[in-house]
Amino acid sequence: MMIRFYLDGQLVEVDVKPTDTLLKVLVDKLGLTSVHYGCGEGSCGACMVLVDDKLRYSCLTFAASVNDKKVTTVAGLLSDHELSPLQKKFVENNAAQCGYCTPGMVLVAKALLDKNPSPSDEEIFDALAGNLCRCTGYVPIVKAVKSAARR
Amino acid sequence: MSMSNYFVVGKSLQNSSIVNHVTGATQYIDSITFPGMLWIKAVRSPVPRGKIKKIDYSKAEKIPGVVKIITAKHVPNNYHVNLAGLGVGPPDEPVLPEDEVNYKGEAICLVVAKDEETAAKAANLVEVDIEELPPVLDMEEALKPGAPAIKKWGSNVFMFGGGMDGATPPSSPKRPYFLVKRGNVEQAFANAYEVVEGSYLIPPIEHAPLEPHICVAKPEPSGKLTIYTPTQAPYFVRDNVATILNIPASNIRVVSPHVGGAFGAKVDPEFEMQVAVAAMVVGRPVKWRWTREEEFTISTTRPAVKIELKDALSREGRILGRKAKLLHDAGAYARTSPYGVIKSTVNLSGPYNIENLRYEGYCVFTNRQPSSAMRGYGVFEVSYAVELHMERAARKLGIDSWEFRFINAYRNNQVTATGRPIDDAYLIEVMKEAAALAGVKLPPHLLQLSS
Ligand code: FES
Ligand code: FES
Repeated sequence: MMIRFYLDGQLVEVDVKPTDTLLKVLVDKLGLTSVHYGCGEGSCGACMVLVDDKLRYSCLTFAASVNDKKVTTVAGLLSDHELSPLQKKFVENNAAQCGYCTPGMVLVAKALLDKNPSPSDEEIFDALAGNLCRCTGYVPIVKAVKSAARR
Repeated sequence: MSMSNYFVVGKSLQNSSIVNHVTGATQYIDSITFPGMLWIKAVRSPVPRGKIKKIDYSKAEKIPGVVKIITAKHVPNNYHVNLAGLGVGPPDEPVLPEDEVNYKGEAICLVVAKDEETAAKAANLVEVDIEELPPVLDMEEALKPGAPAIKKWGSNVFMFGGGMDGATPPSSPKRPYFLVKRGNVEQAFANAYEVVEGSYLIPPIEHAPLEPHICVAKPEPSGKLTIYTPTQAPYFVRDNVATILNIPASNIRVVSPHVGGAFGAKVDPEFEMQVAVAAMVVGRPVKWRWTREEEFTISTTRPAVKIELKDALSREGRILGRKAKLLHDAGAYARTSPYGVIKSTVNLSGPYNIENLRYEGYCVFTNRQPSSAMRGYGVFEVSYAVELHMERAARKLGIDSWEFRFINAYRNNQVTATGRPIDDAYLIEVMKEAAALAGVKLPPHLLQLSS
């Protein structure tokens, strides 16, 4: 079946099977580098996207369900090739090592700060709880989110 | 030279890839695809040890989209050992097994199909008839006389010496363990005021990188092959693929762009060889993406290690002598384990001066998923055991354990367990610094000491 959706601001049309996950379509069909497979079962957050501004594990989302919707990956946070303030904070705080978890971490932080511009430490930990970083970069990640928050 | 004169030491530098990481522009292997690319799924052994009686591919081959089923007979030179380039041998691991399986999950054959789902579906339909054999799952059991021998050479241990381990000359005798000895250890025990024994166990640890194993191999009409893999060791991949394909290493290009975490999990060419064979047989680009479950159950782990230490101590707190026996669980195949055992065994003194010693390191084979390197390979395991043992010994002598470590710490102009002269000892200085940071007040007679 053909579906169409806005991917990081661009309209895309793609032929999918009803059983295809959004992750599979984004990586295998559209060749995206900004979502990653880590577990395929909603445990790691490496595949995180925003669907109409709501956080979704793309490995647990059927591609067909995003028809006519807006899908944002971390690549969509750039405007005019400029990093968003949040991305800059991740850079300044060296909040990535191998980088595999980073897109998910940034998107979760964005969703949190959009809703709650000055979160407590507890709220930051809670928001990041569904995202794993095996290089154990949690301390700089939390620092980056804190420094991007309104104090 | 003060810290501020260094370019790097003492400074926090920016990760050179970080702008790409935060914008999702970093290219890991998963997003590398080629037109006409095919996918692999493996048929895996349901048992830890068994004889392969019969494999029936007929149902799987009928699935539309299945291009080829790759078995041992497609591999030009099936047996290899990862560290052959360092002199380790003999080759003990097949790319794909011929008649027996040696760990649960070992790949028996590979289904190559037009997409991942088709390959998975067909792999489920391959019927394997395996006669289960009693597995060897415990190192102590593996070493007992009469234990089933899982290695073709008739035992469950790697034979060190004779140049088979990359560390001994060809003329040295072969032994079922790696041996380090110095001085007269029996004499040291005869003179001991106290003897303290301890046994220390380390479980296997899974590296669990966030990016599971993934590889693409792309053959060229010229006979050359490019392998895209998040390996930590491109030359191991190149050399082992060349060996099993029986082609010159110059025909193989290994591209390792960004690695999504590895920690030692991606130092063994464990599946690139299988992908390379498949690509060469079908003449098309082939991709294999391991699931998280495969990452946990098939990829290597840190070895399980058992270390027995026995120290002869003087009344004043000197370690007069040490005997050690180390068992390292290699799992089913050698991989990097002979090297790991050597590294562990030579480090069994820790950072302490012990003049009389005898250390035996065993590389034991069991029917478990192969183990391999993980951060601080060989040394982490030993440090854990040695430092616990230091605490135990100090307690037995009734000496403060800081003092006990200061007494035995390496000084300059001493030699290591293997006879290497020491000219850069800093343990005493480091311990003083560590004590200060930890808020431990050391007595003046220790603070006066230096290396
Ligand atoms: S891949 Fe989706 S949560 Fe891990
Ligand atoms: S930076 Fe490697 S997993 Fe987070």
